[in-house]
Amino acid sequence: MTAAIEARSLSRELTGPVPVTLVRDIDLVVEPGEFVAITGPSGSGKSSLLYLLGLLDRPTGGEVLVRGEPTAALTPDQLAAIRLARIGFVFQFHFLLPEFSCLANVEIPIRRLGRLSAAQARDRAAGLLDSLELADHRKKLPEQLSGGQRQRVAIARALANDPPLILADEPTGNLDTRTAHLVFELFGTLAREQGRSIVVVTHDTELAHLADRRVHLVDGRIVP
Amino acid sequence: MALPLGLDIALAHLLHRRRQTLVSLLGVSLGVAFFIGISAMMQGFQKDFIARIIDVQPNIIVKDEVRSAPRQPVERLYPDAAVELRGLKPREEVRGIRGARNMLASLEEMPGVHVAPALSGNLLLRFGGKDVSVNVTGIDPPRERRVTHLEKDLLSGSLDALYTTSNAVILGEGVAAKAGIRTGDLISAVSPVGVMMKLKVVGIFRSNITLMDNFEVYVLLKKAQILANRPNVINRLNIRLDDVEQAAPLAAAIERQYGYRSESWQEQSKNVLGIFVIQNAIMYSTVSAILIVACFGIFNVISTVVFEKTRDIGILKSMGFRDKDIRRIFVMEGLMVGVLGTLIGWLMGWGLIEFMASLKFNMEGFVKAEGFILYRTPLHYVISAAMAIVSATLAAWIPARRASRLNPVDIVRGAG
Ligand SMILES: Nc1ncnc2c1ncn2[C@@H]1O[C@H](COP(=O)(O)OP(=O)(O)OP(=O)(O)O)[C@@H](O)[C@H]1O
Ligand SMILES: [Mg+2]
Repeated sequence: MTAAIEARSLSRELTGPVPVTLVRDIDLVVEPGEFVAITGPSGSGKSSLLYLLGLLDRPTGGEVLVRGEPTAALTPDQLAAIRLARIGFVFQFHFLLPEFSCLANVEIPIRRLGRLSAAQARDRAAGLLDSLELADHRKKLPEQLSGGQRQRVAIARALANDPPLILADEPTGNLDTRTAHLVFELFGTLAREQGRSIVVVTHDTELAHLADRRVHLVDGRIVP
Repeated sequence: MALPLGLDIALAHLLHRRRQTLVSLLGVSLGVAFFIGISAMMQGFQKDFIARIIDVQPNIIVKDEVRSAPRQPVERLYPDAAVELRGLKPREEVRGIRGARNMLASLEEMPGVHVAPALSGNLLLRFGGKDVSVNVTGIDPPRERRVTHLEKDLLSGSLDALYTTSNAVILGEGVAAKAGIRTGDLISAVSPVGVMMKLKVVGIFRSNITLMDNFEVYVLLKKAQILANRPNVINRLNIRLDDVEQAAPLAAAIERQYGYRSESWQEQSKNVLGIFVIQNAIMYSTVSAILIVACFGIFNVISTVVFEKTRDIGILKSMGFRDKDIRRIFVMEGLMVGVLGTLIGWLMGWGLIEFMASLKFNMEGFVKAEGFILYRTPLHYVISAAMAIVSATLAAWIPARRASRLNPVDIVRGAG
């Protein structure tokens, strides 16, 4: 089986007067349908690794393979195309566009991809909101929702183009324990029932145990 | 709501910064409106003026002057020698065009060319204790009729009355007004050479060209020759062409052949046409200044939006918007302000023209007019739209490019 995403001796350094190493020699394989939690102390490079896996940032050493395909030689536009169709991001902050309703926010990636008609895009976005128990909030603006509801809208948006890979960076950082649990259970469902690969950064060890596998980072390296 | 996605986002941004957007929109509209209004007014005036001088003045005037001093014998003999003559006193040539009759005849043979001979000079009119200094022109009525507008400009009387009344004179409206002269009055005239004559007013004309109406009077050619004490002398040939565009080349040809200074209507009106160039330059710089200010407005709104929407830009890029998609959103914002501003400006400009058209007043400058003469053309709308939209797009381009180059990692990391 080809890995959904694979890192091979991945490193990222920031050049400058004081060079900083964000991550170092990371080898990681995430299989389709696998739910992986990345843990580690603050500043250990969890976010940095996630940005590299999500093709938002480029490594200074090693490489990232998406479904076995190397990405080093791709242009920024080609990387953007992969992110659009194959990767869904969820961040700690919801990053919803404040002027657009929840429904319109979820529609944005679908419209950008342009594979569905306007009506189909609307139906798909509505269906995603419904499945995340947000059916009553379609027309609301993000500011009219609670934090947990917003984060669920952001998850719906990450799922908009039906990506095989979901990357989430402390998605529950702003949520209470109960809601955080619900979100992690949702990720579990997405992996088990829909075969998506999920990589979630968290420093909540209890939540991390809901994942199939835990990867622990210290100082930019994976430690057993 | 089937707007394209980029347009949707652009619109949301502009609505978010409603007041600023409105101000820059107004700036663009004003620029466009002023351009349309002022162009209509100035070009209307200029075109009318040119039409009038083409219509009223002779298309070519041949004068009894030469442009440069005649070459002296010593210069002709040694064309390459370094000779410089100083204190030269050229012989006073008898003023008048020599061989004018032959010239007249051969010019008249050319198709589409009408020629009228004239002798013009100064004259002092005296009436009711008032002295008016005027320019008197002796004319040949049958030829004059075909060359100048004089007959059509007569308010009273006729050109033929110059024949039927002895010592008849036709006055410009302004001349008559200055001394309170009316048709039928008898006025005394003294020429610079001392010839005195009683003239009877048989007509008054109004050309609406202020200078002519205030200073020109007309008598028969023969009377003018008597007043100037120059029997049989002609010092001007006035030429009218069926095709006014031929004026400049024909004037040059006449001057080459006969040596006398021949001025086409463009040359006669050189000063005024020069003023038009300056006028147009001032107008275009004024309108450009308005548009530049409007562009600062646009630049300002879009820069503000880019700054405020950094998070949105970060998430859009992380979800797969390309640099050019981001750039397009912000350029579109400038374009929307440009296009909408143009449309409003068109309406305002059109209203401005109609408002000016409704104004009635008496104006006396180069020409007399009873209101604005307005030139309406779709071209002004097209030019103003092009200027507004191009500059709005350029103003948006700079912040748009900055937005497209933002690094999403910096944004999501910073806000995380
Ligand atoms: N632009 C930068 N310049 C300098 N150092 C940086 C920069 N970005 C990140 N770092 C450093 O790189 C290291 C890894 O950062 P990263 O955000 O990946 O950590 P993290 O594990 O996500 O931490 P947290 O749990 O606090 O989110 C940190 O020590 C951080 O200070
Ligand atoms: Mg982090």
